[in-house]
Amino acid sequence: MDESRPIFQQIAERIENDIIAGTLPEETQVPSTNEFAAFLRINPATAGKGVGLLVEAGILYKKRGIGMFVAAGARDRLLAERRDRFRDQYVAPLLAEARKLGITSRDVVALITDTQKENDS
Amino acid sequence: MTAVVEVRDLTKHYGKVHAVDGVSFQLEENRITGLLGRNGAGKTTLMSLLTAQEFASSGSIEVFGASPLENAAVLQQLCFIKESQKYPDDFKVKHVLRTAPWFFPHWDQRFADRLVTEFRLPLDGRMKKISRGQFSAVGVVVGLASRAPLTFFDEPYLGLDAVARQLFYDRLLEDYAEHPRTVVLSTHLIDEVSDLLEHVLVIDSGKLLVDSAADELRGSAATVVGGREAVDRFVGTREVLHRDGIGGLASVTVAGLDDAERAAARSAGLELGQVSLQQLVVRLTSGTATDFTEELSA
Repeated sequence: MDESRPIFQQIAERIENDIIAGTLPEETQVPSTNEFAAFLRINPATAGKGVGLLVEAGILYKKRGIGMFVAAGARDRLLAERRDRFRDQYVAPLLAEARKLGITSRDVVALITDTQKENDS
Repeated sequence: MTAVVEVRDLTKHYGKVHAVDGVSFQLEENRITGLLGRNGAGKTTLMSLLTAQEFASSGSIEVFGASPLENAAVLQQLCFIKESQKYPDDFKVKHVLRTAPWFFPHWDQRFADRLVTEFRLPLDGRMKKISRGQFSAVGVVVGLASRAPLTFFDEPYLGLDAVARQLFYDRLLEDYAEHPRTVVLSTHLIDEVSDLLEHVLVIDSGKLLVDSAADELRGSAATVVGGREAVDRFVGTREVLHRDGIGGLASVTVAGLDDAERAAARSAGLELGQVSLQQLVVRLTSGTATDFTEELSA
């Protein structure tokens, strides 16, 4: 767990990541709050708060007496949200660091293309 | 949410020493609360007052809506696991476990048996002779198996090895999830338990410094590291919890930064460091930053 942010947010992000990665497909049941708490060794109320965040956002939904399930369309919605955040979280800091080192935007693009080629080969 | 404990302006002094000094707070039902503070801060005195093992000098205490003093209906709902529990001279481990159900109406014998096996307790060992770790483990078993609606653990881990402490935390979480109850955990090993806590009370020199949700305390402070001038410019008039420096470098811990402020710090070329709950408590109770609580509650 990252110490600087509330745990419940981190729980919500973990579940989101699993949905995006496909480990938790839509319409499948997610582990119960108590299972999360025991597995991650955190307070069940905190785990419940994280799950609650996703229920509010419509990513998870509750089937009475059964448990929590991944909502239909959840993955696409999460992907769209994450793409919006990608610019702020990754591209902006990348360009700021590049400017500090005197690397132009064009060089950055070239670097990205080269790195991509290396990874592909 | 209902409060199971309500304390108003509670004070306990021994002669001139104010062990607990004008403390007011509530404990909400079915939460795990951490009671944190240095040695001699007043943690044990506070728990002794709540469990009617000490008389208050002034102020009021309500536990389950009534004064706990000489109140059997309230007291049988409580379990207080003390670091220095006294037992009759010839008591063996099995005697402790056999008498415990007399005091705790919610006692679960099967759970107790399982814990005894897991903690590898010698049933025929005398309480006076067994190791400090085993002595602590007996307390942990009684505290968990009592399933008391309000359970206090006062530094229950003395002498317990890392494996046994983890076992305690795991069983506590597991059983709490199935049988929710109010738990107060007094501890020095803050990093070990910080993820288990839902609420945190920090007490220092008998006074309550922090009464806050654990998640609110996370990220409520950050360390800013960089060139001295840049750090000073960023810190400005902010509340400083702690300051370190070497040569032209400065490292300053400040209260609550929001996302925009974090971004501003980064673009000013400063590095941001995390402050764990343990570091926060250390900085709050090391005697330099008593004003910080106002900052937190603001």
